[in-house]
Amino acid sequence: MANDVKIENLDQVAVRFSGDSGDGMQLAGNIFSTISATVGNSISTFPDYPADIRAPQGSLTGVSGFQVHIGAGKVYTPGDKCDVLVAMNAAALKTQYKYAKANATIIIDTNSFQKSDLEKAQFATEDPLAEMGIDADRVIACPISDMVKDCLADSGMDVKAILKCRNMFALGLVCYLFDRDLSIAFNFLKDKFAKKPGVAEANIKVIQAGYDYGANTHSSAANVYRIETTEKVPGRYMDITGNKATAYGLIAAAEKAGIRLYLGSYPITPATDVLHELSKHKSLGVTTVQCEDEIAGCASALGASFAGALGVTSTSGPGICLKSEAMNLAVIMELPLVVIDVQRGGPATGLPTKSEQTDLLQCLFGRNGETPMPVIAATSPTDCFDSAYAACKIALEHMTPVVFMSDAYIANGSGAFKLPNLAEFPAINPPYVPEELKGTWTPYQRQDNDVRYWAVPGRQGFTHILGGLEKDNKTGAISTNPENHDLMCRLRQSKIDKIPVPDVEVEGDANDAELLIVGFGGTYGHLHAAMDEMRAAGKKVALAHFRFINPLPKNTASVLKKYKHVVVAEQSLGQFASFLRMKVDGFVPEQYNEVKGQPFVVSELVDAFNKIYAK
Amino acid sequence: MSEYTAKDYKKGQPRWCPGCGDHFFLASLHKAMAEIGVAPENIAVISGIGCSSRLPHYMATYGMNTIHGRAAAIATGCKVSNPNLSVWQISGDGDGLAIGGNHFIHANRRNINMNMILLNNRIYGLTKGQYSPTSPRGFVSKSSPYGTVEDPFRPAELCFGARGHFFARAVATDAEGTVSILKAAEAHKGASVCEILQNCVIFNNGTHESVYTKEGRAKNAIYLEHGKPMIFGENNEFGLMQDGFSIKVVKIGENGVTEKDLLVHDAHCEDNTLQLKLAMMEGPDFPIALGVIRDVEAPTYDEAVAAQIEEVKSAKKYHNFAELLETNDIWEVK
Repeated sequence: MANDVKIENLDQVAVRFSGDSGDGMQLAGNIFSTISATVGNSISTFPDYPADIRAPQGSLTGVSGFQVHIGAGKVYTPGDKCDVLVAMNAAALKTQYKYAKANATIIIDTNSFQKSDLEKAQFATEDPLAEMGIDADRVIACPISDMVKDCLADSGMDVKAILKCRNMFALGLVCYLFDRDLSIAFNFLKDKFAKKPGVAEANIKVIQAGYDYGANTHSSAANVYRIETTEKVPGRYMDITGNKATAYGLIAAAEKAGIRLYLGSYPITPATDVLHELSKHKSLGVTTVQCEDEIAGCASALGASFAGALGVTSTSGPGICLKSEAMNLAVIMELPLVVIDVQRGGPATGLPTKSEQTDLLQCLFGRNGETPMPVIAATSPTDCFDSAYAACKIALEHMTPVVFMSDAYIANGSGAFKLPNLAEFPAINPPYVPEELKGTWTPYQRQDNDVRYWAVPGRQGFTHILGGLEKDNKTGAISTNPENHDLMCRLRQSKIDKIPVPDVEVEGDANDAELLIVGFGGTYGHLHAAMDEMRAAGKKVALAHFRFINPLPKNTASVLKKYKHVVVAEQSLGQFASFLRMKVDGFVPEQYNEVKGQPFVVSELVDAFNKIYAK
Repeated sequence: MSEYTAKDYKKGQPRWCPGCGDHFFLASLHKAMAEIGVAPENIAVISGIGCSSRLPHYMATYGMNTIHGRAAAIATGCKVSNPNLSVWQISGDGDGLAIGGNHFIHANRRNINMNMILLNNRIYGLTKGQYSPTSPRGFVSKSSPYGTVEDPFRPAELCFGARGHFFARAVATDAEGTVSILKAAEAHKGASVCEILQNCVIFNNGTHESVYTKEGRAKNAIYLEHGKPMIFGENNEFGLMQDGFSIKVVKIGENGVTEKDLLVHDAHCEDNTLQLKLAMMEGPDFPIALGVIRDVEAPTYDEAVAAQIEEVKSAKKYHNFAELLETNDIWEVK
């Protein structure tokens, strides 16, 4: 458990709109701050006009910037760097990028990054992003001018007037990123252009188009959620998102195990960045296959594992539905497989860009037959690294599929990541069949921990057939023998039960808490913050936050039964609470359930927990 | 000369119905593998679900009898992650073209270097006799008591439509013909589709009747061979000629037709137009084409993946996890 990591849900966000003086950046910024103020955020704006009012269009001196800070009751300093930079042209990017945080999301109008624009902005090459050292993954590159022209093609406006609306497209996109209600913007524009209803209408149309573009492309700003370490352990750090940390954890585990890493995947929000990240690292020997569907993603990963690789598949909830048959096959074939589930809102397509914890029971049980499967839920962006590593270690050493769960919130959120030293990580030793067993070995021959040996194709003397039909535990041949099937079900279960997992840690007032908060996965930071707030108010509160869901830590029952009040808080209607009730006799917790697709709000947690505390 | 015999690839006692075409095919597969000579431990035989998908259990190689329809996808991961393996995918018409149709076309499109065997008996046998995606329109079965109202897939057409580069056909009872296309499939680099016309004695007996016996094939089939003129018939009296945009059956010696006027088979021709025409031929007006119909070299996916990894390895400066970390913006807390 990465218990030195605590979340700061990024209540404060700074957005900087920048472009030519005539691009209407101030208007876009003003509307954005108005919308935010209307919904109760405190705001602070910071206009930054060019010194040279009549600077030529597209030149460095002609850039105007307008920064808006929004947040909940905090004080801002104008010197804060921005989380999102809108650069309407090349000169704006060049001059304004210095005001952006290292991990800021950059929105650019690619139509204003043509050769002549780059020259005016004094770029030396035709790749301004590379030239400025900007990671293209952080850039939302969109042909804003073209889209605005298309959007207003039937408006009867001339091109010059149409292009004046570009700022509204950028604004619409920013509103999408921060979930702003457009109706406030519409009213603002209707008021402002009361005498020119045509202009108001055009601007409204373009804002909506920008918003829709964000929705259609599932755009996200990586740093909306910021999770910072509270204790600064000396060392070297980098910034990392949950999805990137997940990819890194897989790479690290494969390297440690000395095994090829194979990812079979199909693009799906919010998990796609795992595919993107791994696809980059072919120099580490990583194989990625973008498959024809989710089914093939999982099936091909299992095929890769059979052939001796670490097979991984990445997806979100709807993809798990499709992968469940191959996950089940992995259970009965007893092969390693890591299934990454970056949860989003469901059911069906649900809320593709939003965060929930509603896949838990699906991951635990959503298959036919008796199919126990280890489930690990990462607790923060940086913990995605450790949890992914742990998932791989269990899969490889225990010859089982493992579900690694994260969610949209921690996958897109980021944190300061202390560079890990792989030498200090636990070894990963897959149970390759020893050569001396040649001649007597059978496919389901087991070690003391009920794990079968792994015979990788290519090894002479160990040819065998695996499959989805039940096998005889002794001979490995197809068997419908009732006793054998019963035995195999029990063995597959006990193999999972015997996986060693660390005890769940109790933080806060572990000895004398009146209230124990229980959670799992990506809500760690919020629950921790709620506990801190209550303890600061003099209450006795503890937190038991689970990373290992199946098998549960050995001390689970004793922890859950130790305290007067226990509340299980989760972003579902009570799936984890149900699971705990099933696993711990007589456990009847209070529940805090929310399925809004949004991260918890600490103050709401505290209010609810206080009521339970007072019981 | 191979150091192996058919026995080295053989295991267990098949449980198919007596007379089932799968028995014949299995024997031919063992024989073909012995002649090819890849060591059993370097072969993976991967099937889905269905009668024919039991086949891996009768192989002394590595193998998997997986889940319905997914054999091509599982085989893809297997081959891409371990290109040294000789991978054979075994499916029936339901497994390969109905539930597994998507994986079938994409494995062909990507050109994964594996042998994709399609045992086509035009029926679901394991579930006791429902029509399959290759059953002809109007086919009466337990699930279509009044006849089907849908057209079947023709496997060659699907393979070609998916940009397949190899397609061959044999009749299960024809050991020589089957062994020869299996060897050609293994020799071909890329996805090699072999359609095996196979009889289901219980639920669809006689479906390939016209070509199921040697006599029948002599009359109703043509063996295509690259570079050879297209001659067929009990006494080699017939041939195939181009006829405008189509092809026609001619009698050699009639109307001044000589062997020189006949089409010469070109399996290596990139343009598949005529190959498709040949593959689509049906009785009674045309002979059924057997042998290697299309065999065209093209880049394979698994080789390209491996090559790209090597290319990027030499282009990039980081080759392990520690070096990967260093490619990020790093700061220090003291």
